[in-house]
Amino acid sequence: MTGEVAGFRRDDRDVHPPLDFPGYKATRSRSPREPLVHLPHTITEVTGPQLGRDRVGALDHDLTRAHAGEPLGERITVSGRLLDGDGRPMRGALVEIWQANAAGRYRHHTDNWPAPLDPNFSGGGRCLTDDDGRYEFVTIKPGAYPWPNHHNAWRPAHIHFSLLGEAFAQRLVTQMYFPGDPLFGQDPIFNSVRDPRARERLIARFSLDRTQPNWALAYEWDIVLRGRDETPMEDAL
Amino acid sequence: MTLLPTAAQTVGPYLAIGLPWEDGPYAVEAGAAGSVRISGRLLDRDGEAVPDGMVETWQADPPAGAGFRGFARCPTDADGRWHVVTLPPGPVPGPGGAPQAPHLAVSVFARGLLHRLVTRLYFADHEEANAADPVLAAVPPARRDTLLAVPDGGGYRFDIRLQGPGETVFFDA
Repeated sequence: MTGEVAGFRRDDRDVHPPLDFPGYKATRSRSPREPLVHLPHTITEVTGPQLGRDRVGALDHDLTRAHAGEPLGERITVSGRLLDGDGRPMRGALVEIWQANAAGRYRHHTDNWPAPLDPNFSGGGRCLTDDDGRYEFVTIKPGAYPWPNHHNAWRPAHIHFSLLGEAFAQRLVTQMYFPGDPLFGQDPIFNSVRDPRARERLIARFSLDRTQPNWALAYEWDIVLRGRDETPMEDAL
Repeated sequence: MTLLPTAAQTVGPYLAIGLPWEDGPYAVEAGAAGSVRISGRLLDRDGEAVPDGMVETWQADPPAGAGFRGFARCPTDADGRWHVVTLPPGPVPGPGGAPQAPHLAVSVFARGLLHRLVTRLYFADHEEANAADPVLAAVPPARRDTLLAVPDGGGYRFDIRLQGPGETVFFDA
């Protein structure tokens, strides 16, 4: 075995946010000041944990059924496909989400803004992608909420997503937004993504086709993790 | 067809709602033979604890065996502390086939980090292997010790400093 392995394509600089972004104040004391050191993709980086079925319960994808009663709010489904950068579906992959309730309050001891907690909503969910790379969650639409970043700062409604990918090099944590949100313009986290196409891809689309009559509005959102480089040596792994 | 990758966004302050697992810190079962505990603190520019972060580790199997999870994740506590329990990783080849010193790949997430940070954890008591490691060789010599976990009470200690004096080396992965 040699060290020559197929790495993953390096992302364009403007796809991901810069670590130091003055508009988002918390980056000031937490983002590194020294330059990042180039890391070659070795076996460590092109492999990753194979986690899945034993981590996901039958109802973990349905955030509206975690308690005895139903949560307040607008019931929605959020679904889409997890693809790699070459358009290949990523199967059996763990998708983890967390979000605020319909009033914009997180069930967390440090979230103290005066909006009500919902006894029927915890806000965490997980599922596995199917053979087509598809995931689906049932939840309620999260509310917007204020935060102390700048005067009159409000986060647009969003759902946090975490993807392990198939390799350490593909690990991604991101946020999904809802179409037409009037708060996009003033949100430094959304706008930290400088490539406008990449920013637009963080916004789900409303789908009347997937909307279920008399039950739930549907949003669709595809997630793309970077693809592999051309294989330098087929037998390297 | 090449698709635009989805952009990263911060985990924000509330990752504890969605990401911790009960067995998260255990890359290997608690009490497994040969397991080691690696612990440390996540600190900001001012040396203040980062209490809303998370550390993940991924690594090769130990030389003698295979099939352990190899992956661990641990949210930081109010003092910025995290820990993982794992088996010492085996050696794996690096660029050009040169062996790499035993190491863990580390991801760091926190409010205030718009994208994950990637670093590596090496073991300070593997001096010879570390001296020959091709990734460590690319790190400015004066900063290499930020990547070394030091033996501490039967385990190892590895603090991560996001910024400022002793800033940990982070990688463009």
